[in-house]
Amino acid sequence: MSINRKELSEMAQLAKLDLNAEQTQQVSQSLNQITDLVERIKKADTAQVDPMFHPCDFWMPLRDDEATESSHKESLLKLARHADEDFYLVPKVIE
Amino acid sequence: MINLSLRELTHLLAQKKISTAELASVYLDRCKQFNPSLNALLHIDDDINPEHLLAAADHDGPLAGIPLIHKDLFSTQDVKTTAGSKMLSDYVPPFDATVVKKLKQAGMVSIAKANMDEFAMGSSNEYSYFGAVKNPWDFDRVPGGSSGGSAAAVAARLTPVATASDTGGSIRQPAALCGITGIKPSYGRVSRYGMIAFASSLDQGGVMAVSADDCALVLEAMMGHDALDSTSIEAEPWHWQAPRDAAMKGLKVGVIPAWLEQLKDDDIKQSTLQALETMVAQGAELVNVDLPHADLAVAAYYILAPAEASANLSRFDGIRFGHQSAETCDDINDMYRKTRSEGFGHEVQRRIMLGTWALSSGYYDDYYCQAQRIRHLISEDFKQAFSQVDVMAVPVSPEVAFKQGEKSDGVSMYQADQFTIPASLAGLPCLSMPIQAARNLPVGLQLIGPYFNEQAILSTAAKFQLVTDYHQRMPEAFL
Repeated sequence: MSINRKELSEMAQLAKLDLNAEQTQQVSQSLNQITDLVERIKKADTAQVDPMFHPCDFWMPLRDDEATESSHKESLLKLARHADEDFYLVPKVIE
Repeated sequence: MINLSLRELTHLLAQKKISTAELASVYLDRCKQFNPSLNALLHIDDDINPEHLLAAADHDGPLAGIPLIHKDLFSTQDVKTTAGSKMLSDYVPPFDATVVKKLKQAGMVSIAKANMDEFAMGSSNEYSYFGAVKNPWDFDRVPGGSSGGSAAAVAARLTPVATASDTGGSIRQPAALCGITGIKPSYGRVSRYGMIAFASSLDQGGVMAVSADDCALVLEAMMGHDALDSTSIEAEPWHWQAPRDAAMKGLKVGVIPAWLEQLKDDDIKQSTLQALETMVAQGAELVNVDLPHADLAVAAYYILAPAEASANLSRFDGIRFGHQSAETCDDINDMYRKTRSEGFGHEVQRRIMLGTWALSSGYYDDYYCQAQRIRHLISEDFKQAFSQVDVMAVPVSPEVAFKQGEKSDGVSMYQADQFTIPASLAGLPCLSMPIQAARNLPVGLQLIGPYFNEQAILSTAAKFQLVTDYHQRMPEAFL
């Protein structure tokens, strides 16, 4: 199993990462080493086995639908580099 | 002072032989003196609020006034929390993680934040944006990771206790490499609220300290259901009672002969066998068990953990908090890419890419779902083993602390996690405790318990530590 440059470029797009030529080479090399490592799991016979997505396969606790603490809007907006009143400012997304 | 147990420190505080402020000063002075040679700490709280110290002194209970250091992925209100990343290098959370809040409520005094591998991804602490942490036993060697800052700080007695987190071995491996005790509780035992996420179905907060007794006292205060983390389990809390003697009569200890054979370092093998003999001498019975699918654990983990990481780390967009690129950006996607490429280090980017690949169409079933099926098989292997034994005793790491820069590729470092990952995949409680050193470098023994039975492993370790003194040894440079 090896990941080609086209796939790598598509994945970088999905992951919102910019990789320069040198990084692409490094990432390609190390991902191919890792895929060699993980390739062996395909050989295990798991036809009768369900995936275990979580270590606790029992119920999740539910809470009562009660009003709790108020919004932390002000303190959260302070963390943003650019905010204006109640809004985060981002580069223009609609022409 | 620095070699006293938590119980002894509490006694001194209760007898008013030392004040909370004086005790904090003892450790703060050591942090300032020794951190330049270790780089274990990212922030030292030089200016602890005197009111906080007075409030801590007023608490009842075994932890009132005891200093501690938090791993820098636990959010601390008004104190910078970086997760070892440039992405969060200026992030000051407006809230406390539940673990931080609970320990504060128990009267503990936070004196510093510990360095770590970026976003807890690494086994050597060389992947911190803020520089590598040194091993207190040998400054040329790594302390392990990702909780290497916490482990080095406890080993050098910069603090009696540190919080830490473990996803695939990040408490046990650095505890072993630094010669201290560290426990990862069962998944769901401790709230993850406010703990910066790496792989949500594996991450679990825990404790590092000198002894199992110290770890147990702090874990008891940390654990419990939290309405803010729906994966924290509602279960009866346990109350820690330290064993009065070291007798292990009737205790069935599972050992895995194949894992012992995989130890290529004869000194580590010898230390491990000697530790098992010590347990037998106290009356324990060794029972051979097998985890037939454990040899697939590393491969399954390096699909699952990066997959979850790639999803978790998508929140770092540069808009709401954290680093934002100062470059001119053409559009919002350009800003995301520039921000994330500048903010994440190479190892984090590599794991995001791997996780994105594992979750992408065409590979999801073959790799991601298959890895979850392997996880199920490993979990069943453990259930079978625990039908025969009370605890399992296995190696932590196949090697002692290695030299900085010695492992340049990720894969060779990943494979060293072979003994810690299986219990992580199954969500089981597990700890590392110091045993006989190898060539003057610390070695750990891993105890694994049945789900939600932290007491079984803590009690076994505490008994072991009643008849051994490996856990009390500390590196000469810090005496």
